[in-house]
Amino acid sequence: MTHVDPGLWTTIADTVAAVFLLAGAFLTLGAGVGLLRFPSLLARMHTVTKPQVLGLILLLTALALRVRSWSAVGMLVLVVAFQLVTSPVAAHMVGRAGFRTGKVDPDDLRPNEFGEPD
Amino acid sequence: MSPQSRRPAHQLRRLGSQWHALALLTLIWVLLWGDLSWANVIAGAVIAVAVVTMFPLPAIDMHGTVRPWPAVVLGARFVADLFVASFEVAWKAIRPGPVPHGAIVAVRLRNPEDAYLTITAVMSSLVPGSLVVEARRSTGVVYLHVLDIDGSGGPEAVRRDTLALEERVLRAFASNTVLARCGLVPGDAGTALDAGSTPPSGRGEGDA
Repeated sequence: MTHVDPGLWTTIADTVAAVFLLAGAFLTLGAGVGLLRFPSLLARMHTVTKPQVLGLILLLTALALRVRSWSAVGMLVLVVAFQLVTSPVAAHMVGRAGFRTGKVDPDDLRPNEFGEPD
Repeated sequence: MSPQSRRPAHQLRRLGSQWHALALLTLIWVLLWGDLSWANVIAGAVIAVAVVTMFPLPAIDMHGTVRPWPAVVLGARFVADLFVASFEVAWKAIRPGPVPHGAIVAVRLRNPEDAYLTITAVMSSLVPGSLVVEARRSTGVVYLHVLDIDGSGGPEAVRRDTLALEERVLRAFASNTVLARCGLVPGDAGTALDAGSTPPSGRGEGDA
């Protein structure tokens, strides 16, 4: 993509990159605010798995659109792939540990179907 | 480490059966270095062999197929859901007013085989406003924490969404036998492809 007509496509790529940067920044901000505002451990884990992951994906996509080099894109794809695979597992481990060690108040959860007979 | 596994011929066969892992590790190495050259590919392959030999993992018990179209449906739906879920959670965090009210919902999946249970659990953590707190391999029940139970439409809606996600996963990756056992009619694609390639007693080892 380096020596395509630099006019139109560059403008399009830059515009999309700008939109993605703003959206990614909004999501990352949301993740940060949620981490502070949400009352419980489990609710906080939601901000780690959803807005944070997509925010990062959008920011990196924007970066790839701006940098336009395949070696950088390869690295960014790796970051996204590992983020998608690891962040649910990490959130699950934290949530499960918190749940099992009593850091989660079961009364906050209505309904709480955990521990009901199958 | 049994003495048998140290025999070179045995090790070679083992490596041959793990060529997926080797190829993937080599690809990751090349991507990390950022350019495709023989030196990188060879170094990556050597390191992949070293990693696979030094950190052996049990084989994944997954005799499925990949159906291209359902896989595309699964992927497209996943991306769309990821956008919706992310903006929802971010908005719930930022908007003024009380924070939402959470709950734990138990969902019994149709197919408790490890590979599909894992894929469904990971995807449901990322996507529909839920987070896996606990998963029971023996019964195939997944306990999901839902951030906003009222906004998600109650426990029944969460169960329905999760089962729909599982159905997309199964349609994309599971064999026809598994689909039939789960009460899903095999899709129009590839009905005659591999009927009976998997023994119907594929599970039963779920207790751990």
